[in-house]
Amino acid sequence: MTRLKKTLARTLSSLPRLEQAFAGLTGERVILAAAAAETERSRMEHLLLNREDTHTLSVYVANKPGVLARIAQVFARRGYNIDSLVVSSSMDGKFSRMTVTAIGNPEGLDQIIAQVNKLVDVIHCMDHTGENAVVRELALIKIAATTEERTGVLQIAEHFKCKTVDLTENSIILMATGDTEKVDALIKMMGRYKIIELVRTGKVVMARGNEET
Amino acid sequence: MILKTMDGAQALVRCLESEGVEYIFGLSGGAAIPIFDALVTTKTKIKLVLVRHEQGAAHMADGYARATGKPGVVLVTSGPGATNTLTGIMTAHMDSVPMIVLTGQTITSMLGKDAFQEADVFGISMPIVKHSYLVKDANDVPRIVREAFHITNTGRPGPVLIDLPKDITQGPFSGELHAEMDLPGYKIDSSFDQDKVLAIAEALSKSRRPVLLAGHGAIIADASGVVRNLAEKLNAPVTTTLLGKGAFPETHRLSLGMLGMHGTAYANKAMIECDLVMSIGSRFDDRIVGQQSRFCKDAVRIHLDVDNAEIHKMIRVHHWCVGDARLILEELVKHVAKLDTADWIKHLDGYKKKYPLKYKKQGGLKMQHILDELNTMTESRAVVATDVGQHQMWAAQFCKTLKPNDWLTSGGAGTMGFGFPAAIGAQFGRPKETVVAVVGDGGFQMTMSELATACVHKLPIKVIVLNNHYLGMVRQWQELFYEDRKSGVDLEGNPDFAKLADCYPGAKGFTLKRPADVRKILTRAMEYNDGPCVINAECEKTDNVYPMIPAGKALEDMLTEAPKYKMEKPTGST
Repeated sequence: MTRLKKTLARTLSSLPRLEQAFAGLTGERVILAAAAAETERSRMEHLLLNREDTHTLSVYVANKPGVLARIAQVFARRGYNIDSLVVSSSMDGKFSRMTVTAIGNPEGLDQIIAQVNKLVDVIHCMDHTGENAVVRELALIKIAATTEERTGVLQIAEHFKCKTVDLTENSIILMATGDTEKVDALIKMMGRYKIIELVRTGKVVMARGNEET
Repeated sequence: MILKTMDGAQALVRCLESEGVEYIFGLSGGAAIPIFDALVTTKTKIKLVLVRHEQGAAHMADGYARATGKPGVVLVTSGPGATNTLTGIMTAHMDSVPMIVLTGQTITSMLGKDAFQEADVFGISMPIVKHSYLVKDANDVPRIVREAFHITNTGRPGPVLIDLPKDITQGPFSGELHAEMDLPGYKIDSSFDQDKVLAIAEALSKSRRPVLLAGHGAIIADASGVVRNLAEKLNAPVTTTLLGKGAFPETHRLSLGMLGMHGTAYANKAMIECDLVMSIGSRFDDRIVGQQSRFCKDAVRIHLDVDNAEIHKMIRVHHWCVGDARLILEELVKHVAKLDTADWIKHLDGYKKKYPLKYKKQGGLKMQHILDELNTMTESRAVVATDVGQHQMWAAQFCKTLKPNDWLTSGGAGTMGFGFPAAIGAQFGRPKETVVAVVGDGGFQMTMSELATACVHKLPIKVIVLNNHYLGMVRQWQELFYEDRKSGVDLEGNPDFAKLADCYPGAKGFTLKRPADVRKILTRAMEYNDGPCVINAECEKTDNVYPMIPAGKALEDMLTEAPKYKMEKPTGST
């Protein structure tokens, strides 16, 4: 009972708004109240700790075997899922550019960025989230479209400035570029038709103006 | 100089020579034969220490590195040879120890085809190395070796692994032995943020109850001298982490000894009551922080670290500076003056009187008694290597460390079996000094096969087996938190370690049973220098280590003696 009262006291001090609700309670009701308060406290703590945002990171690395594995490991070890990943060689063939999108709380990601930066083969790793940067991705969408349906599909495609890159009797492949929201919206609009296959490149990012990516 | 007849392995040995390697700790096998052969054909001065198990080789290289500050070198074969070193690599990685691990590998064309004794060591070891290489071209060997030695012992040190396929080591070498490094992503510079140092000096000037917390980083950065200057100039007390022992002389009037889970009561009380804590090269490990949210929560927290990723990792700090601890402190010490800490020091001296480290010399044989006597006899000047467990914590409490590199213990990893091979490595690095391995009966049995190695080289290591026939630290937890239910801790079937030593040519065994004999037996062991000796000390079976902060609890919850009430199970990691 003493322990529970202590828990309650601790909880009350951290949640003043519950103080009034629990004033004057005794006996068994203290236990119930303490339990309720503890649940509320841990729920709020959980929400705070697990606040998740999407982050777009740019990683400039030496073009060597194993680099991708080393970077992926830093994310995996802390239980972060890599949402999208683009790797290609940079202007200087000795280096590669990676754009990594990951969802997670900002504090954990700061740690990840610091640890990625520490890797011997990493030149730099930067978070471009919320920055003045151009973010684009490309999607190829194969849609089942009969001759009758084709006009409808192409109307939507034109609105989204898609290119038709393949056309057969029964299908059409569209190429769309844009930010993630635009591609998402396009896919949603195409939902009324039958999407046979969908391939997205994942995000690439470049800082605007004089900023370095 | 180009030698037309040279092969990859011979080039490797030449490169190791130019890095100043004295010893290689290793064990051969199929894929490593060309490298072992090159140790003969090159007529190199590098001495090979043949071990009995690859884990021993890794811990020896680790002990050598910790005792000398120079990287230890391991050479093993592919597959099981390489995987046997992993515990040792992880141990070195956790404690930022410089180490080069050379592993043989199957021939390049068989990579990934489940060849005999093939293991993807490059992949398996990735999370526990600072960096690693898979050599694809013999002509890259000089560059890779040079980079590896540079990476392993600069910045925050750590192990570097080089995987060497047999066709590379056996194949022709036609390159230059001198190669330039190519590490565009790895820059070591000696700069630090001057403004941050001034801000730290400002914060220090306002403190009346400061504590300096010195960690392993202070030793690695060779900062112990300037830590002392700073402490004396400020008149501020210094506590050290387990690995920081030696960063500040523990007999100094300002020393509080070790803090943390089994640290001194006065060090932990100082952490609770201080108004400022400055960590010098410690990473606020969970063993010293306890409950994160309550650690020094009202104090000004300052962090100096060479590794940017450590800042705010465990504890959010008010001031920090990233860089070499010695360079930062040399600057900082110019900007500080004596603080008004007389009352604070007096107050802490009161705690030292009230809560001394103590034990009873009467009754059963106490581990503390042996360690205390060892400390007195050696005047705290021996190199002490320990294993992991109760004996380790008592050794940390009672064996005072006066200078850097004299205290070798597995801190972050907590690797049982570390102590004895680490002592062997240390004795190779410092042949004229007294090296003592303080081990438990559990840990010693994991790597005691290296007695043969110590005998071959006639190393006068004093192995003190503090034998309580238990895995004592786990038994202590079971007693305190699991209603004394003993599960998997009784080491029945222990050999007589003294007799065991006598089986090895050149080794000598001693038996210690009575408290009255402690000094006599230790003296005889100290006088035996023809090879290793093993003291089997039959200690009290169920003694517990105090002070103790249960894992995950705050420093305020420290127990200074056996609790009189039932304890909850700890919520902290381990």
